[in-house]
Amino acid sequence: MSRIKEFNLPDLGEGLTEGEILAWLVKVGDVIELNQPIVEVETAKAAVEIPAKWAGQVQAIFHPEGATVEVGTPIIAIDTDPGAGPIEESTTGAPAAGLPTPSAASLAAVEIAPEEGMVEPGLIGGVAPGGRTAVLVGYGPRNAPAKRRPRKGAIPAQAGPAPAASAPAPVAQTPAPVAPAPAAPAAPAVNGTGRSGGPVLAKPPVRKLAKDLGIDLTALTGSGPLGSITREDVQRAASAPAAAEPLAAAAPAAASFGADREQRIPVKGVRKLTAENMSRSAFTAPHVTEFLTVDVTRAMKALDRLRERREWREVRISPLLLVAKAVLLAVKRHPMVNSTWAGDEIVVKDYVNLGIAAATERGLIVPNVKDAGRLSLRELADALTELVQTAKAGRTSPADMSGGTLTITNVGVFGVDTGTPILPPGESAILAFGAVRELPWVHKGKVKPRLVTTLGLSFDHRIIDGELGSKFLRDIGDFLADPEAALLAWT
Amino acid sequence: MAKGDPGVTSRGRRAAPRSKRAAVAGEPELVQLLTPEGERIESALGPDGTEYRVDFTDEEYRGLYRDLVLVRKLDAEATALQRQGELGLWASLLGQEAAQVGSGRALRAQDMAFPTYREHGVLYCRGIDPIMPLGLFRGVDQGGWDPNEFKFNMYTIVIGAQTLHATGYAMGVAMDGKTGSDDGEAVIAYFGDGATSQGDVNEAFVWASVFNTPLVFFCQNNQYAISEPLERQTRVPLYQRAGGFGFPGVRVDGNDVLASYAVTRHALDNARHGQGPSLIEAYTYRMGAHTTSDDPTRYRIASEVEAWQAKDPIARMKAFLTRQQLADESFFAEVDEQARAESVHLRERVLAMPNPEPVTMFDHVYPNGSPELDEQRAQFTKYLESFEGSAH
Repeated sequence: MSRIKEFNLPDLGEGLTEGEILAWLVKVGDVIELNQPIVEVETAKAAVEIPAKWAGQVQAIFHPEGATVEVGTPIIAIDTDPGAGPIEESTTGAPAAGLPTPSAASLAAVEIAPEEGMVEPGLIGGVAPGGRTAVLVGYGPRNAPAKRRPRKGAIPAQAGPAPAASAPAPVAQTPAPVAPAPAAPAAPAVNGTGRSGGPVLAKPPVRKLAKDLGIDLTALTGSGPLGSITREDVQRAASAPAAAEPLAAAAPAAASFGADREQRIPVKGVRKLTAENMSRSAFTAPHVTEFLTVDVTRAMKALDRLRERREWREVRISPLLLVAKAVLLAVKRHPMVNSTWAGDEIVVKDYVNLGIAAATERGLIVPNVKDAGRLSLRELADALTELVQTAKAGRTSPADMSGGTLTITNVGVFGVDTGTPILPPGESAILAFGAVRELPWVHKGKVKPRLVTTLGLSFDHRIIDGELGSKFLRDIGDFLADPEAALLAWT
Repeated sequence: MAKGDPGVTSRGRRAAPRSKRAAVAGEPELVQLLTPEGERIESALGPDGTEYRVDFTDEEYRGLYRDLVLVRKLDAEATALQRQGELGLWASLLGQEAAQVGSGRALRAQDMAFPTYREHGVLYCRGIDPIMPLGLFRGVDQGGWDPNEFKFNMYTIVIGAQTLHATGYAMGVAMDGKTGSDDGEAVIAYFGDGATSQGDVNEAFVWASVFNTPLVFFCQNNQYAISEPLERQTRVPLYQRAGGFGFPGVRVDGNDVLASYAVTRHALDNARHGQGPSLIEAYTYRMGAHTTSDDPTRYRIASEVEAWQAKDPIARMKAFLTRQQLADESFFAEVDEQARAESVHLRERVLAMPNPEPVTMFDHVYPNGSPELDEQRAQFTKYLESFEGSAH
């Protein structure tokens, strides 16, 4: 029985497939107790601390903080009997097997699965003590460490298999940046492996088919849910028996190998969505950006007067409210800006779902106020307040974020003057609202300190010509320069 | 463990001021016999004037403390096992030990209990091996204990469904003529604050009431239905709902094991004497997550948790035992050691649990089997055997 035990990331919440390492609470060399918190992991459901499954000494940590790890992947190796002296080389079986020097991470794997493709029923990697049948709840079969192969010669061994007794194997806790793993998106989403220590996943009729055709299920890579082997997998193997073997041998090993040894932080969640949206938009919609600097002193005074009114006393009033109002009024005068490029047609919308770009702890999100054009100023103020608070609390729902038609990004709150915003996909215009600053400004023939801001409008040049974009921006500026007059003139 | 009788009387207002003083400011009065500081209150009045008191021996006080500590430790071990991938899920009872141990110890041997999936403390008090629910949450069996032998039904995952089962069972008890004496039978149904919004629970209230069933509805109000706070569940204190259905309701400090015991014992005795159902709202707090799949930091604030930490059920019992010199450090150390040893033992046994053979799914469908099922089993066995020698 292996003294070094690898702990696989369990399914922490009913059907999860991965977790992000938030923080390691122990380091290599630490002596730990049973149930001592070792790592903080965040899943799609919760951030939780994982207690140590065994007492012992931390031998290796396989993933850095920030890494997203698939359920079933080893995250830490613990020497459960550190007092017993150095780990003997002969027990690893590595030299005998003629394999390259294994890392400590693969020691257990080598012990359990000395032969490629060999199945040891009842054991899942090196984690299960004794000879008991031990399939980790939910995900045992697919990611057992037994499928992990010793590292190929690409990387020099960072630690020998026989460390000195004084320092029992503080090995490779920093995964080396090695050659890129097989492109993650191209690989099957769940890469089943037939050579794990756990049972092979396949439905009974598929097993029957495999038996009838004389196909060894353990040699196949499943393409079904959870890496299960499908009827097609079996039939494919039957029709090309020679090709199936090497394919199955190479793919899963390489994939898991890369995942363990490279410091790669998968792009996911809000970051992934943002990146996809930005790239898509930046490379499909030809943007142009125009700027306008406006004296908003009058508008700010108007806001102050609004605050003094009794019925507005409880309302949160910010300059963003006026900008939103300006945009909504300007859209009424130029409906074309509130549209979508749909390939062979342009969809102009009679409703404005006004997006507000918000920076939250979890990244950039753009919730929108539905049909904002129909709201009174007071309703708009309430809607904006709620939208921002919901976003800050992290409770924005997907529905709140979809269907936006036109967006304001309030970069001024970060103290910058303006920017060249990228269009949210499906929208044709986005306004950047810069910081309101007191600047020297020519007012009625004299240089006076005035409150000034800069607006930046990006628009989709396929739909909006320079003339239309300029008029739209000009109208927003006019409203902000003198809201009362603009209201009288336009409504 | 035999407990002393609570000595309930229905007279006297003497104790009222003390009880009132102990009530949490701004919250409806709750029956309390042990303050968060570990100060003993001799007796307390319920809303209908019932006077609650307990009279335990020193040994029994220590026994209650031991129960609380063991139940909490075993629960913590189960949570750790889930985090280590050994259980699929776990619903921790952390913070609710007193409500469960107090009510669980108030049950007499003949009384029947219907739990939710969180009543590990009651299960422990019923004398069931604490390993049993872990098999359920590990997915290797259905729970494993005999509900008739231990008078403790299987865990019910469906929210509130067990209150109807309990009502039917209690109607049966009454029809069998097993009520009306000191040896009568009573039934207790556990549920949470969230369940009170379920149709099932309200139907159970109606039926239990109009059929005058020997049933105690024991609601552990732990303030959250997963993430939904109590104020989204009710506009009136939950115990007051009973009035509308025609039976008495009382709110007890669910973090006070003594009061939980006294109130439950009284309600059960009423039931066994044929005086009908009652509702107990054990006012408590779920200190941990709803289940291991939940992250409570997303919907409640740290200061709230801290405020409840100060009302911890074990800390107040320990303070009481220390203050009254009923126990010393060596006793507490011994209890801790017992809890540690039992949790290690529990862990070892969980890890050694065998996976069930597929054919066992036929075993408990009918008590005595059926020809059709036997045939299915035979077919399935034969089918499985056809894979002998191949990989799985």
